[in-house]
Amino acid sequence: MLNSKIPAGNLEKKWEEYKGHCKLVNPANKRKLEVIVVGTGLAGASAAASLGELGYKVKAFCFQDSPRRAHSIAAQGGINAAKNYQNDGDSVFRLFYDTIKGGDYRAREANVHRLAEVSVNIIDQCVAQGVPFAREYGGLLSNRSFGGTQVQRTFYAAGQTGQQLLIGAYQALERQVALGNVKMYSRHEMLEVVKIDGKARGIIARDLVSGNLEKHFGHAVLLCTGGYGNVFYLSTNAMGSNVTAAWKAHRQGALFSNPCFTQIHPTCIPVSGDHQSKLTLMSESLRNDGRIWVPKKLNETRKAVDIPEEERDYYLERRYPAFGNLVPRDVASRAAKERCDAGYGVGTSKQAVYLDYAAAILRYGKIEAGKQGLENVSQEQIIAMGKEVVKEKYGNLFDMYAKITGEDPYEVPMRIYPAVHYTMGGLWVDYELQTTVPGLYALGEANFSEHGANRLGASALMQGLADGYFVIPYTIGNYLADEIYSKGVDTNHPAFEEAEKAVRERIEKLMSIKGTQTVESFHKRLGKIIWDKCGMARNAEGLKQAIAEVQALKKEFWSDVRIPGEINEMNPELDKANRVADFIELGELMCIDALNRNESCGGHFREEYQTEDGEALRDDENFMYVASWEFKGEHNWELHKEELKYEVIKPSQRNYK
Amino acid sequence: MEHYNMNLNLKVWRQQNKNTKGTFKMYRVENISSEMSFLEMFDVLNEQLIKDGENPVAFDHDCREGICGSCSMYINGKPHGPWQANTTCQLHMRAFKDGDTIVVEPWRADAFPVIKDLMVDRSAFDRIIQAGGYISVNTGNAVDGNTLPIEKQKADDAFAAAMCIGCGACVAACKNSSAMLFLSAKVSHLALLPQGAPERTTRVQNMVAQMDKEGFGSCTNTGACEATCPKEISITNIARLNSEYIAASFAD
Repeated sequence: MLNSKIPAGNLEKKWEEYKGHCKLVNPANKRKLEVIVVGTGLAGASAAASLGELGYKVKAFCFQDSPRRAHSIAAQGGINAAKNYQNDGDSVFRLFYDTIKGGDYRAREANVHRLAEVSVNIIDQCVAQGVPFAREYGGLLSNRSFGGTQVQRTFYAAGQTGQQLLIGAYQALERQVALGNVKMYSRHEMLEVVKIDGKARGIIARDLVSGNLEKHFGHAVLLCTGGYGNVFYLSTNAMGSNVTAAWKAHRQGALFSNPCFTQIHPTCIPVSGDHQSKLTLMSESLRNDGRIWVPKKLNETRKAVDIPEEERDYYLERRYPAFGNLVPRDVASRAAKERCDAGYGVGTSKQAVYLDYAAAILRYGKIEAGKQGLENVSQEQIIAMGKEVVKEKYGNLFDMYAKITGEDPYEVPMRIYPAVHYTMGGLWVDYELQTTVPGLYALGEANFSEHGANRLGASALMQGLADGYFVIPYTIGNYLADEIYSKGVDTNHPAFEEAEKAVRERIEKLMSIKGTQTVESFHKRLGKIIWDKCGMARNAEGLKQAIAEVQALKKEFWSDVRIPGEINEMNPELDKANRVADFIELGELMCIDALNRNESCGGHFREEYQTEDGEALRDDENFMYVASWEFKGEHNWELHKEELKYEVIKPSQRNYK
Repeated sequence: MEHYNMNLNLKVWRQQNKNTKGTFKMYRVENISSEMSFLEMFDVLNEQLIKDGENPVAFDHDCREGICGSCSMYINGKPHGPWQANTTCQLHMRAFKDGDTIVVEPWRADAFPVIKDLMVDRSAFDRIIQAGGYISVNTGNAVDGNTLPIEKQKADDAFAAAMCIGCGACVAACKNSSAMLFLSAKVSHLALLPQGAPERTTRVQNMVAQMDKEGFGSCTNTGACEATCPKEISITNIARLNSEYIAASFAD
């Protein structure tokens, strides 16, 4: 059933071969072909802009009030590219290799190699758009290192790389809007995929201001709707990030792959209380210079600054001397959890570790004194100069930490703890980014394809833009070339009428429940079940319990949720209820997937499967496949396996020691 | 950091939709932790309203980490509230004390009509960008990024302008509802970079024309925009905008 359509030939030639032979659509025909793009983050905005430039008629949708607010904007640290500007041994092959290894050998070789190939074009494109990347004094682009690699290949714009890249894509998108090639629908949410004769032919969207349902036709539909991390309730995702578009596609026949592969990011600000609505990430780039530690003594009560050097356990440097504080995210997160579970956690909750900048401040201060030719400088002066350097590199992150916690990270170590951040799983797509529904595509975080069981830092931005700028403009032509004979479908077609009716009935049903519990309270309960039993560590027994609990929660939700207000008005509670209802269904599938995967790999850590020193223990013989689930009805899914074949890389146990 | 709990009175603007008249309503929230964010305090209020059978207060918010630019509350007479260089979502309750009355309104500007309660329509900003806030380069046209060295200072200045999150606080703070800080940030970002040079003249002219068309007011240099900007965008950008505009009119 699953044909990944990977082109034949040598790995490094596949994409070139594909581009050389895929079908093309001539400009006159492009004008007649309509494409719907849902979501305007990096993948969606770049796809909508690029397709508009090519001459397709594009309609783009986002639920936010402006496409510029999509959650890609919050990405902090950077974007990888195999430019090798630093002359430190980087290459397309290394980026490819690091990504496959970082993903714990659960990603497709061909897709990842293509990603590494086009990574260099992304940087060029963004520079041409005026994205203000950080630069050196010579005027050339600056790089920094990120987790899971030993080269400096990350391009950045202070701690706001996602913002700057998204604004670049957003401006390209708005240019196409001005030229009339793209029509933008803000404050609109996609609530159904419309299929005619098995092909995706449009969507049902809800205007969130008026509450009206709208029918939109497209020769193809692109879902660029991001990840599903908010299934955990508390995550670093934006409040509105949701799985709804992807889930509707899933229920319409698109397979959902590896839903249990979720990324828990090691450096987030710890939870402070029950009222907490979301978690805030502190960029991984902080692990470049910060040192992570906990006290060596149990029940330590001294303040961090009063604990002498020899009584500190720099556990990442101890366990992984080769990569130290820059091990991949899954490894760093589990190591933090291990120390906290063993009782060495810090702060009031004891669910935190220190991220300490004192050493970096001293080191930078000394370098600065050397640069300025100063001798006999006092310790205070060195520290002051060091703080200035740190401020330039990470100032906005330190400010953010200070605002949230009320503590000054220049003076005391930050407290951090892992939090849900990204989801590697998503809609199954082939090499062309097409789902199992013809004409329906998934780009960026919404698909499953490039990051395997764990994503490396600074690779999400790379993938979103690769898919939107450089992959879909080619692959969609290969599909649309055969669609030039199909005229646009009138949205009075019975398929549109039926889809709209189903959406209306579901909304009416939700509103008619008039129960006693708020949407928010259900979402919190769902999040707790998934975090406790399908979070950083999972086991079969817990997962079985979780499945039963989520099923019961679903029943309760559909009989006791209370949604205030009316259907035909701006009603954020109704919007949220629609999303939470889908998260509940997804939650069940995540647990089923985690239970099915009797191994540990990347972010999926099954307690039953670990090495003697607590590392993830893969089972390549039985689980080297993409677990792709077909929706069969209420609580019922069928598993399809796409075997992963490694022709170039030889899988081994990941070793960061 | 010492934590404390507080009881607060909230005077909140309620407005059903853009066609109806709004009014202030008083609410009381109790046991609010000083560790909460301002929006989390509103979450508490909304949960309470839903349980009491009332409609919750509608407000825009998304990332809750000060970067998406969605949140937009006018708190005690200041956009985004009392803290400097801050967004509503990053304002924390330790800025307030037990017994305080907090007044919360939407952005007020003709160009930002109220959609509901504290939610306003800022699509005028998108249309200003459509008028020229970009560099016309199609995907695939680019040369190698390092073939174009850019003086570090210029790159840093362009970045400082590009940090604008498009929240509209500058407009809300201005007595004339001028969008000059927003506009000048984008014009500066692109004018400072060599890539922006070919369209320098038309960009500034078209964007200013669009701003006027949207109904934003004029700039009278009071500096309220700069003082309230969560990203500390400097009004020197407005000076740059003016000189770009004058230069463009000579170029015609």
